Amino acid sequence: MSRDILISIRNLKTAFGSNVIHEHLDLDIRRGEILGLVGGSGSGKSVLMNTILGLKKPSGGDILLNGRRFSEMNSRERRLVDSRWGVLFQNGALFSSLTVQENVMAPLREHIDMPIELMEEIAGMKIGLAGLDPTAGGKFPSELSGGMRKRAALARALALDPEILFLDEPTAGLDPIGANAFDSLILELSRALGLTVFMVTHDLDSLYAICDRVAVLADKRVAAVAPIDELQRNPHPWIQEYFHGPRGRSAVGSRES
Amino acid sequence: MRGKKQSKASRAGVVVREEGGKTIIEAHGDWLVETIGAAYPVLCKIEETTAPGDIVIDFTHLGRVDTSGAYLLGRVTRRCGEPDGEFHFIGAHPVARSLISEVRKRTEACQPPQLPAYGFTKALARIGAGLEAAVFEALDTIAFFGRTLTVGISTFFRPWRFRLTPTIWAMEEVGVNAMPIVAVLSFFIGAVVAFMGANLLQTFGLSVFSVELVGISVLREFGALITAIMLAGRSDSAFTASIGSMKMQQEIDAMRVLGLDPYEVLVLPRVVACVLMAPLLTFGAMIAGVFGGMIVSWVVQDISPALFITRIQDELPWSHFWVGLSKAPVFGLAIAIIGCRQGMQVGGDVESLGRRVTASVVQSIFTVIVIDAMFAMMYLELDI
Repeated sequence: MSRDILISIRNLKTAFGSNVIHEHLDLDIRRGEILGLVGGSGSGKSVLMNTILGLKKPSGGDILLNGRRFSEMNSRERRLVDSRWGVLFQNGALFSSLTVQENVMAPLREHIDMPIELMEEIAGMKIGLAGLDPTAGGKFPSELSGGMRKRAALARALALDPEILFLDEPTAGLDPIGANAFDSLILELSRALGLTVFMVTHDLDSLYAICDRVAVLADKRVAAVAPIDELQRNPHPWIQEYFHGPRGRSAVGSRES
Repeated sequence: MRGKKQSKASRAGVVVREEGGKTIIEAHGDWLVETIGAAYPVLCKIEETTAPGDIVIDFTHLGRVDTSGAYLLGRVTRRCGEPDGEFHFIGAHPVARSLISEVRKRTEACQPPQLPAYGFTKALARIGAGLEAAVFEALDTIAFFGRTLTVGISTFFRPWRFRLTPTIWAMEEVGVNAMPIVAVLSFFIGAVVAFMGANLLQTFGLSVFSVELVGISVLREFGALITAIMLAGRSDSAFTASIGSMKMQQEIDAMRVLGLDPYEVLVLPRVVACVLMAPLLTFGAMIAGVFGGMIVSWVVQDISPALFITRIQDELPWSHFWVGLSKAPVFGLAIAIIGCRQGMQVGGDVESLGRRVTASVVQSIFTVIVIDAMFAMMYLELDI
């Protein structure tokens, strides 16, 4: 196995009762890349992410981090791994009883030993880094709009400068300008910090703009993984429809013009 | 690049030297979020004692760096007019320089939140604010009652708009399903009253009067009160939670947009159900309470059930029963109104749902007891 592969998924099977979501699923996430994951509604994109995160137990197969099986790790190792992962859930999943700043400080308090003033400053920095106004720090999640909540959640995901960032539909519900800014932010962070990004998305523009490779989830497995230009030539019917349907074409058109 | 993160990070260190009127800060080790804690006080001190224009940061010995490290390093020059000027930095590092300016470009220090102040005047201000909130809360509840009343009256004249199915459902939920617990509770209250009476009255040789004691207290007070308190704890919280969660999911907004009046669809059925079921529950509670008293009197004082019932029939005027029963619909109305109103007040987050459910139970029990006191005074004046 190459040293450049951070997470590899082998022969994964997940199921809810008798309803099989994934079967014989293989996927590699390379160090430092931005990997997009697309698939139809209900094809199990979020389930795959949750399985990698350890929130859902797979029914079969292995997930390996740096060649180590997750199933063989003890809880201490697992905790250490978790502290190096940043996750942005679909609806933000901010703690509603804490302000934005306290939300961002939560992982710092839990894992890092540093003076509280510095923690507050760093939280403020992360909030700014995620593109939020500094005054948002004192607000509660319920006082924020959907887009701002997403940015606040990104600030929390970035709090520990993670090695790998999981994003579940990060640009869904953002206006095009905000979505562009979000994309460029993720690209910059990935390049500057060597951050690995695994991103579930439906936003064709961000697929074109920032993803190094795109994985397509179809027929309960990863039907194809390739850079996007290559992927468009893939004969799989779902992929053809996805990229060459009216929305796909307009995204390509706007990129080429 | 940060490179391999698997290797253990070394602590962030600072070495300061003076050179040609400049203060040179050498950054040593890895400046990562988990290692920079120790460097913070040192840098704070430098920032206080040195003119920001004279600070130079040396990257030569710097290991890995992340955004938090870059922030802390770049922080020392923030007060300078030109915080990212070339003269601030020496030594080569692949990312530190760009990361520092990138972080600075995107950030502004977060304002610390205002802490609540303490002190005597603040305490008075809080009491005042609390009182004001209570008054407005009461006014709002009365307004909500008025609104429900108008909807109720308009539905009375257009009976086809009345939602029968939800009303029946609410009646089952509020009434039938609550009957066992209300009856059991009331049974024990009646039994306790009989016990107390037996002990006290036996010393005077008047033990037979415990029949009146049980009869009057259960019929006049406990039947209605126990029912109301159970309703407040059981049904009122359920009203608030169910309407509140609908509010949270924007279901109420969807109803309004579809031309449905939430007062007609949600509030009125619950209020009607509560007003109708409270007297029936109270009646059940009275029966159970008297039964409890009767059993205890039989066991402890040898008053046979036949004697007990005859004595109640002969000695207790009907008025006690009617006084108790007359309070029940008023209690039911107050409880339903408070429960529904609190549900409608729920905001967008889970926190407010919890707060509203608590407020709803507390307010309705409070209101029930206040109304009970008012009834007591009224009937006292009326000599009933």
